[in-house]
Amino acid sequence: MISRTWAPSSMHELESLLALVLMVFFFVIYARYKATAPGLAVFPIVFLLTASAALGSSRPQDGSPLFVSSQWIYIHVALILIGYSALLFSFIASILYLIQETNLKSKTTGGFGARLPALATIDEIGYKCLVWGFPFMTLGLIAGSILAEARFGSQYFADPKILLSILMWVVYTILLYTRWSAGWRGRRAAYLATFAFVAAMVAWAANNMSQTHRFIAP
Amino acid sequence: MNFKLIGVNHVSAPLEMRERLAVSEAQLPDAVQTLVKQPGVDEGMVLSTCNRVEVLTSTRPGADLRGFLSNYFGLNAETLHSHVYEFEQRAAVRHVFRVASSLDSMVVGEPQILGQVKEAYAVARGLGAIHSGLEALLSRAFAVAKRVRTETAIGSSSVSMASVAVELAEKIFGSLEHTTVYLVGAGKMAELAARHLMARGAGKILISNRTYDRAVELADAFGGQAVPFDQLYEATCHADIILTSTGAPEPLFRTHDGEILRNRRRNRPAFFIDIAVPRNVAPEVNQLDGLFVYDIDDLQSIAGKNTTQRKQEAERAEKIVELEVDRFASRMKSLEVVPTILSLQEYCETIRQAEIDRIRGRLGEISPEQEAAIEAMTRGIINKLLHTPITTLKSSAAEPEAATIHEMIRRIFNLTLKGGKPDRND
Repeated sequence: MISRTWAPSSMHELESLLALVLMVFFFVIYARYKATAPGLAVFPIVFLLTASAALGSSRPQDGSPLFVSSQWIYIHVALILIGYSALLFSFIASILYLIQETNLKSKTTGGFGARLPALATIDEIGYKCLVWGFPFMTLGLIAGSILAEARFGSQYFADPKILLSILMWVVYTILLYTRWSAGWRGRRAAYLATFAFVAAMVAWAANNMSQTHRFIAP
Repeated sequence: MNFKLIGVNHVSAPLEMRERLAVSEAQLPDAVQTLVKQPGVDEGMVLSTCNRVEVLTSTRPGADLRGFLSNYFGLNAETLHSHVYEFEQRAAVRHVFRVASSLDSMVVGEPQILGQVKEAYAVARGLGAIHSGLEALLSRAFAVAKRVRTETAIGSSSVSMASVAVELAEKIFGSLEHTTVYLVGAGKMAELAARHLMARGAGKILISNRTYDRAVELADAFGGQAVPFDQLYEATCHADIILTSTGAPEPLFRTHDGEILRNRRRNRPAFFIDIAVPRNVAPEVNQLDGLFVYDIDDLQSIAGKNTTQRKQEAERAEKIVELEVDRFASRMKSLEVVPTILSLQEYCETIRQAEIDRIRGRLGEISPEQEAAIEAMTRGIINKLLHTPITTLKSSAAEPEAATIHEMIRRIFNLTLKGGKPDRND
């Protein structure tokens, strides 16, 4: 079925769009750092996203009488997806950092660690993703808020999806701040990144619980 | 085509001899040109590095490479004879593959040799000394070298302590370009390791020593900066790689110092290379996040492991080379049958033409369609008849009975080689 609109109107369309953005991220990072290691995590995720998108029905979620049709929706979706991707890559980098650090400390050569990029490179990938992703995430949330404010008024912000998104943003900000002010990396940064990532996952999944934030066809 | 290689390397000849044979970059074109002017030499290239001098050619019978070596370098044949190795055909192919893959190097797996072979090839090619034969051999050799490098870990592990330290530093900092190295204690070993680090691009060097003069002396040699010993901890905060080698009886750095260091460095990683005995850095420091401590035993055990690992990888690489030599040899063999196939086709085509010419007059007026039909029919007969002999020739090229089959087909059809006209006895 040919989609009637460019705006992603179902969970599945959004999934395949996110897969695309993730691959773009992967190639940008590969071009810059020649690092293939993030692919270990990214490729399975992209596979699952596209598989889910391909197998699921492309019928938009129904049951909601509301719809959104505004230029803001494109901006909101694009910004948020880039923000999500950056956060995911930052999370992957922090896990790789932990693995490489443990590997170096254990003084074993070869093995998996030998195939990872240098510690400083992994660190830079994670940090750059965080820094570049932050404005996208922030602006994306602002765009969403403007959209919602215009349509639903302030009651919209009591929705679980929205609260979770804000929580995620707060953790994101803390992550960036500790990194920037105290140079947190390694174990502590990985804990925070994990937390931010879980918050993002929950926020993503919360679409199903949300009353107002639903994917619907215009 | 006959590949022939002659040369000396670090095993076969002493340094004095390799020095006398060494061809400088400026001299190389002349050497190649002289080589290909030798009678019987069709193609040639000269490879000269500090560990080997080799002459690779494709020749016709009668080429005298030993003569070329002794004449060109003014060495007497006797001295040369006992040090030179010579390979032909398959053995020469294998040798070229092994050299390019760094299996014949003094330090097996060292990466420079491939570049050197490529350079020698480029020079010879630029002079028009390389045609299809060596072209095929060398491009295959480069592919084999690449395969060995990607499929085995032959080039990835360092075997000396200093290079292990450098490799570890690179595993932590990536490029060493913006790193600062701090030598605490300025002994010979520390100097050697520092030299390695600087060679890999380390940005800045600080040096402390109990005797300050020695620190200044070394700092001058490296273009670094001497630091008085009592500013040890202060200076450590500015360093990424700290190389300790003092004779202090107690560790200079303990967990507490490590914690302070880490905070003052705002969690940026630091790498302690401790080559002092007894150790200058307490082993517990390694447990702190972001601080990495390697002592002399760690470095040695990695170097030792790498040596054995390299040996295993070299064995795997030899297998790859052997496989590739087989492949290349069978490809060369299948090329050998090409002239026979061509003259076979030419022979049949001549007969076909002659028969058509003969019968043409008897047919009288025929339409272009009929003429085309005759063409098609005669061609079809010939192609069908030749199909089996040609496929047999091709498929048997790599088999032991190839020569017999080859010879038999030539005799049955009375073919002469080199694309010449077949003899006609009728």
